[in-house]
Amino acid sequence: MAATARDLSNVPSVITLTGVNKWYGQFHVLSDINLDVKEGEKIVICGPSGSGKSTLIRCINRLEEHQAGDIVVDGVTLSNDVKNIEAIRREVGMVFQSFNLFPHLTILDNLTLAPIWVKKMPKKEAEEIAMSLLKRVRIPEQALKYPGQLSGGQQQRVAIARALCMRPKIMLFDEPTSALDPEMVKEVLDVMIELAREGMTMLCVTHEMGFARAVADRVIFMDRGEIVEQNEPEAFFANPRNERTKLFLGQILHH
Amino acid sequence: MTDLPVGERKPLAPPVDDSGLVGWARRNLFSSWGNGITTVVLFAAIGWVVSWFVEWAILTANFTASTGAECRGYGACWALIREKLRLIFFGTYPYEQQWRPLLAVVAMLAMLIATSDRRMWRPWRLLAIWSVGSFVTFLLMFGQLHIPLSLFLFAALVIGLGGLAFRRQVGSAGEVNAYRALVAIGVIGIGLRFAGILPAWKLGIAPFSFVETGQWGGLPVTMILATYGLVFAFPYGILLALGRRSNLPLIKGLCVGFIELIRGVPLISLLIMASVMLPLFLPTGVTFDKFLRAQVAVILFAGAYIAEIIRGGLQSLPKGQFEAADAMGLNYFQKTTLIILPQALRVVIPPLINTFIGFFKDTSLVLIIGIFDFLNTANQALVDPAWAGYPGEVYLFAAFVYFVFCYSMSRYSKHLEIELNKGTRR
Repeated sequence: MAATARDLSNVPSVITLTGVNKWYGQFHVLSDINLDVKEGEKIVICGPSGSGKSTLIRCINRLEEHQAGDIVVDGVTLSNDVKNIEAIRREVGMVFQSFNLFPHLTILDNLTLAPIWVKKMPKKEAEEIAMSLLKRVRIPEQALKYPGQLSGGQQQRVAIARALCMRPKIMLFDEPTSALDPEMVKEVLDVMIELAREGMTMLCVTHEMGFARAVADRVIFMDRGEIVEQNEPEAFFANPRNERTKLFLGQILHH
Repeated sequence: MTDLPVGERKPLAPPVDDSGLVGWARRNLFSSWGNGITTVVLFAAIGWVVSWFVEWAILTANFTASTGAECRGYGACWALIREKLRLIFFGTYPYEQQWRPLLAVVAMLAMLIATSDRRMWRPWRLLAIWSVGSFVTFLLMFGQLHIPLSLFLFAALVIGLGGLAFRRQVGSAGEVNAYRALVAIGVIGIGLRFAGILPAWKLGIAPFSFVETGQWGGLPVTMILATYGLVFAFPYGILLALGRRSNLPLIKGLCVGFIELIRGVPLISLLIMASVMLPLFLPTGVTFDKFLRAQVAVILFAGAYIAEIIRGGLQSLPKGQFEAADAMGLNYFQKTTLIILPQALRVVIPPLINTFIGFFKDTSLVLIIGIFDFLNTANQALVDPAWAGYPGEVYLFAAFVYFVFCYSMSRYSKHLEIELNKGTRR
């Protein structure tokens, strides 16, 4: 079950964060973050609420703006240049806690929108790709329905397919299972595990520790805007070094 | 059936209501002594009013009198409406030419009905419907049109820009180049026209005698003011609403300032300013048609109100919709037209139609500056001394015509709400 500790030292990095800082007003939400993500690496980020973990991954595709430090994604340095931001967003797919499907469009239109408008893909080709992705997340029969007609788990799988439709190099997951009823968590995690096994680079904010053990190359623990501890999953769960990590793991694992 | 063990129970059909009309009345109208008495009293009151109205308006009404004096002793004097029908509908438009405003009204209705069909909601179809419809309407109303070259150039520019904005990402290379060519023709042509190099050429189409706007009156005036007022105010209101949410302080400030300024003054004062004060500021020799000035005032006024309604719709959207669109790499224009506006406009259909209905009726305020809209021409029908003394009939008739229009809009709003929400609700 456990991911074997892979040697990633020779693999090129796709995301590099150097000295990233961010404040909301006076509140220091990200404090001196340094992070290097290798190609194909799967990282699980956990931590208490308000620790800045969502903010961290939202900085990577510029949904949030960082105020100091450098973020390099796939060779492009994030700046205020709209062209840069759009270039990065084409390579980075994102899945949200609240799905954020477009309720006025059918499932198929949700999937084909970005390929058609951003990548200028012919409609037919985009629809073929969309259908193959819907098959992969096991809901091709829902293609012509609207998001409101689907269950939460189905909606989140559509959201994953929608992000994959752009053929991204990197996938960001912002608590993808937190808004789901318990019986639907597994169907979404199964899709994510499958995706991980296919070699996608993934950054995933989640408290699903089973998922972390199964696929993560590295687990990062954040608290008060800092990366407190990071390690491969076995070691991370077996013997956390930092007191705050121990406390947090104690709270989420024993109840 | 409930004695089956848990887990083996079958879903049951809901209990059937078989009590019929009597049961329904007993439950809803006579459920207690108090309710019963209220029901009886209200029914009696309604019956009395309706029977009085039917007697006045139909049973004892006079439909054929040739002067007001002959109507004495009867109920409603509908003969007055019959006699003044053409004055009420078409005002002082030349009498023997009044088939033209009639056809213009028909053309506008056809245009509006075609537009209300969702299958027509494609840029090209709408453009075709509205250019043909407007051309026919104004050709009939004016009788002659002299279309200046600059209007053609402007149209080329607008079509080219619109095409580029919507189709640049998805159109074929040839199509996109055609739009570029249109924009270039528009820009260069308008530039040359302003520089005075291109002559002031006009395309003249003159099948009928010319009737200036001062002679227009009645229903076509009300319909033109309302239709074109709202058609131009709608996109303009959308731009104002988007501008008000802009991150750029100058654009935001301008939009907020405009909206607050226009909302802060009554429509009447805006109309008076357009008709009396604007000419004072214009250089001598430059005049705008009074009708056009009133039309512009209505557009500006309606635009500010529509902007605030649409802003409400924009604010009702969850932040996640904006973020999802951003995260996909859509640019601002794509995000706004593909994701945000379709949802925001859907939410605001009821208040939007409410405003449309309000403005349809508010156009009657143009009588202040001497334009003969439908209500004003109805008023004129009362001036004739031979028919003095029957204002009730005329106003009732005018109210009925307004009601037909407003109620149609209201029903359409309801229909549209259901139609657009089909699929998106469980």
